[in-house]
Amino acid sequence: MDEAVDVEALVAPVHTPQVSSNHTKIQSLVSPSTLRRKSADIRLVGCHSEVYEPCDDSFALVDALLADRVHLEEVQPSLCLELGCGSGYVITSLALMLGEGTGIQYLATDINSAAIEVTKKTLEAHGVHAEVILTDLVSGLDKRLAGTVDVLVVNPPYVPTSEEEVGGDGIAAAWAGGEHGRTVIDRILAIVDNLLSSKGWFYLVTLTANKPSEICLIMKQKGFASRIIVQRSTEEESLHVLKFWRDPLEITTDIGTSQPHLSSTWRFSRLAFWKNS
Amino acid sequence: MRLLTHNMLSCNIRGVTKGFPLELEVENFVTKEVPFNPDFLKHMFPKIEWKALHDAAKKMDDNDLPEQVDASMLEHDDFLHRFHHALLELHLEEGALICPETGRRFPVNKGIPNMLLHEDEV
Repeated sequence: MDEAVDVEALVAPVHTPQVSSNHTKIQSLVSPSTLRRKSADIRLVGCHSEVYEPCDDSFALVDALLADRVHLEEVQPSLCLELGCGSGYVITSLALMLGEGTGIQYLATDINSAAIEVTKKTLEAHGVHAEVILTDLVSGLDKRLAGTVDVLVVNPPYVPTSEEEVGGDGIAAAWAGGEHGRTVIDRILAIVDNLLSSKGWFYLVTLTANKPSEICLIMKQKGFASRIIVQRSTEEESLHVLKFWRDPLEITTDIGTSQPHLSSTWRFSRLAFWKNS
Repeated sequence: MRLLTHNMLSCNIRGVTKGFPLELEVENFVTKEVPFNPDFLKHMFPKIEWKALHDAAKKMDDNDLPEQVDASMLEHDDFLHRFHHALLELHLEEGALICPETGRRFPVNKGIPNMLLHEDEV
């Protein structure tokens, strides 16, 4: 693995996806000295034939975390966890944004060994640390991590596909979401309640095809309130970043009335998964 | 892999009931300095299985942790520094985690634990 890939630094415009013609290379960021602790400046492009590279959905998730930064700092998380870390763009951004000086621990898991290695390199290139674990979602962690996760971030495989395409150890695991793109999302929804601490927050990327209002309803029944933090649309499809938190009072309110906290319409010509399909 | 992570991992094979703690098999470990944060340590202390941490640290030649602990020890700087070092500064780079019930070996390479299961284990 190490011999097969080459890590090189490059500086790309902020939040501009780069498509490399050489898919055998992992391309990552940036000079750590100029970017450390300046999350708004995070520039990172990962590219590897078997690793999902940061794209519109990754940027939307990081933008959601940035939009919520003040609140995240106020809540003083101890443990942040990303499921399906892929290139490491999101967990690295989060670690740069919240820092490590306050004792925050970062954990990241992925089912794809190539993704885990790229994540580790991305973290190292930025001078931040997260514990990375090769596993299926939180398998092996769920018992002991119960009730300790303060910030959970997930950019799941949300593309509607056949069930046969879901999972596996290659790139397909990064996007193949089964019926309505919900197969993996529903597995994640089932473990959130167990994982999150009493003050825990959960950020999830979804498409309209995933029926986000139904997702909010499922979480509402578990006692979680929800809000759209970022919404981005094309003519055909819409990308949402949802935020969930424990709030028993929210069970009585109508989730349909919740307004986006920050809605930015951002047109893009193609979604992330098209690039890799 | 930090020992904090080791303390959070258990065997995930279907049917296993006593999959914690995973026994450390150490081929290579490193020590990396991490900023000391007593608040984090106090927050994490109730969630740490002490014997697992103590035994894992010993495998990395760290014999400075007391065998028995209680919350009152968190008032002592000396204890907090030992706790901090074992929990966050010792990294298993190469080795394995062994399930106490089945003996299943989960490899750790380049500091990354591999908890992926074979099809017949899920």
